Amino acid sequence: MIAIKDLTVKYQTKNEEILALDRLNINIGKGEIYTFIGPSGCGKSTFLYVLSGILKDYSGSVLIDGQIINPKSQRIGLILQNYGLLPWKTVYQNAMLGVKIKNQPPVEEYSSYIFRKLGIDNLLNRYPKELSGGQQQRVALARAFILKPDLLLMDEPFSALDAISREEMQELFLNIWKENNVTTIFITHSVDEALYLGRKIVVFSPSPGRILKVIDNPCFQLDNLRYRDEYYDMSARLRKILDKG
Amino acid sequence: MLLKDKWQGALYSLVVVIILWQAVAWLLKLPIVPFPWAVCVNIAEIFASKMEIHVLYSTARVLAGIAIAMLLGIPLGFLMGYYEKVDKILSPLVYFTYPVPKLALLPIVMLLFGLGETSKLIMIVIIIVFQIIITARDAVKDIPPEIFRSLKSLGANKLQVFSEIILPASLAEVLTSIRLALGTAVSVLFFTETYGTEYGMGYFIMDAWLRVNYLDMYAGIVVLSFMGFCLFIAIDIAEKYLCSWR
Repeated sequence: MIAIKDLTVKYQTKNEEILALDRLNINIGKGEIYTFIGPSGCGKSTFLYVLSGILKDYSGSVLIDGQIINPKSQRIGLILQNYGLLPWKTVYQNAMLGVKIKNQPPVEEYSSYIFRKLGIDNLLNRYPKELSGGQQQRVALARAFILKPDLLLMDEPFSALDAISREEMQELFLNIWKENNVTTIFITHSVDEALYLGRKIVVFSPSPGRILKVIDNPCFQLDNLRYRDEYYDMSARLRKILDKG
Repeated sequence: MLLKDKWQGALYSLVVVIILWQAVAWLLKLPIVPFPWAVCVNIAEIFASKMEIHVLYSTARVLAGIAIAMLLGIPLGFLMGYYEKVDKILSPLVYFTYPVPKLALLPIVMLLFGLGETSKLIMIVIIIVFQIIITARDAVKDIPPEIFRSLKSLGANKLQVFSEIILPASLAEVLTSIRLALGTAVSVLFFTETYGTEYGMGYFIMDAWLRVNYLDMYAGIVVLSFMGFCLFIAIDIAEKYLCSWR
């Protein structure tokens, strides 16, 4: 479980100090999936950098299973909008990077299962530049899942994809997520994506980032979600909260 | 460029150079411009008996110079690219000394290190090391931050960041800078071999010139050029092999 208490992040620019995150308080249970939504520039990515251990300059406390974040001892899967693949490594090497860095024994059976599931098992010897955006994102997903992370962090991972592959990827992701039940924080600026992927939805205020509201999402895991009334009601409700800011 | 195109390009330039040379030799009809064919025959005749040792000396010097420049320049460039503080301290030094014509330092180097091998190597190193430092530094600075982020979130240590990111990301640029520095290195080599030694292509060419043996002199120039060309190709092949992902 992730316990965040009074998390505050300030940036120092040349002339002034900018408050990026203002006293965030939230607890995220094990195996939960939360979508975080907010206008751009609200500090969502900053929040993710704190959780992934990249940004260490914060006040307040962030504990993962009672321990301070440390990417060296915890397994954190991070998936970024621009995929974060290393261009000089093949698909296979990229997907295995997490396991390699962690010095874990290779898990051939599980990884080939993930490759098949993501439909990249025939691309393993290619380099990232030879892949489409959607394919690259599948590799990033494979890397994260093969690591069997304690925490999965996703920063608008599908926003660079076209609408059709985006929905395809969302479905694929949810599919694998259900089998693994990884604690997941999914950052998005799309209301649709927040509704489709989040068991709970956290709404951020415009800068400085504060948590406006945490909503239970009744739409989560409903079949044919996008054709249902609940979906339209919830989207309207979310948009209202976002508009009021 | 494809390998085949490259070879065709090289062959084409060789043919053009030979035709021009032949034409000039015909027009001038002077002993200082011998015919290409005569020079080739001469190379075949004297290579094993007279030239081989000089080629070996020159190749060894240029390779040692490049190796030392790489050993000094690449780590320094990486440090400057990765640590802002190191860059702040060293950058002004590099920029200040970069435009100084290094060949002008030859008398100082000779006074300090004598006429032997050391001063020759030092000259080659100081002339090419700066290019390598600056390229290595810029190559590291150009690595997008998100590439570091994804590795840091995995808990990678410094050594892993170095071997998984910094080295492979900058290798191609560094090899290119070495290839460019190579031309300069061979010119400097020639220059330093004109003093304080009896071995090396520089010595061979100048000696032939003083003995008014133009065939030998041309043979030396052709062999020295060919040597540079081979080194150039070797780096090209290394780049193709090591950076196949590009």
